Amino acid sequence: MSWSQEELVAAAYAVVFVFVLVYVAIIAAKLARLQRETAELAALARGKARNEG
Amino acid sequence: MTDLSLTSLRSLPALAWITAAAMGLALVLALIVAPEDADQGISQRIFYIHVPIALTAYFCFGLGALKALLLLWRGEERYDLESYVAIHQGTIFGALTLITGAIWAKASWGVWWTWSSNQLVLFLVLFLFYCAYFMLRFSLDDGPRRARSSAVYALFGVALIPVSFLAIRLAEDFIHPTVFTREGPQMSGSMFATFVVSWAAVTLLAYVLYRVELTGKRLDADLRELREALQ
Repeated sequence: MSWSQEELVAAAYAVVFVFVLVYVAIIAAKLARLQRETAELAALARGKARNEG
Repeated sequence: MTDLSLTSLRSLPALAWITAAAMGLALVLALIVAPEDADQGISQRIFYIHVPIALTAYFCFGLGALKALLLLWRGEERYDLESYVAIHQGTIFGALTLITGAIWAKASWGVWWTWSSNQLVLFLVLFLFYCAYFMLRFSLDDGPRRARSSAVYALFGVALIPVSFLAIRLAEDFIHPTVFTREGPQMSGSMFATFVVSWAAVTLLAYVLYRVELTGKRLDADLRELREALQ
């Protein structure tokens, strides 16, 4: 397959863009998990406080 | 529990927006404003993304080694995570350097890779060395031993950086272009300005990603600690 110079330049910039996009998606997924865990821990702490009180 | 400085966290969204603007400006300058190279034509525009990414990879590996040295010197646990995140960033930017470099090689030399270029081979060695860092790190149990072993490995790797960086000057490598010589940058003023803006944008991007990843990892550790305390 032959690539034109323009296509190769576009590919170089697109690769960087896709990498950053994937990285942001991974971070977003991690943030969602942390948010879920924080909510679980908050519920656990509230339950503990109710039992002690 | 880790001290997550609220002041430093608050500055992160603003920094991310500045980075996005800088990346946008760099793109416009690199793809539209910068003049076309008389020798390489349009493919020279890959230079504005490839070289800043490569320099950022070197910087991240260097930062990882510095944090590793601080861990061994001061013994503070936080440097282990900081060193790990910097090396992780360096590996990401290293992979991007290899990919954009291969694309540029295809455009300039007609091949995706050549083993006869010392610069390419040494960068690949550097990249693989830091890939092995993760194999070492995740083969050991979490704790001071893992932190120390990872730090020593990261410090060994830093020796490869100047060798890789200076490879085209140390060896008779006429394949990989040398743009920055003792006489200064071998390009026009507007090309150099575009390069500087691109480099600043990529460095900012690396810094934001480093801060985001570090914050996420610290939050993760804090939550784990909190869960253990509550259960």
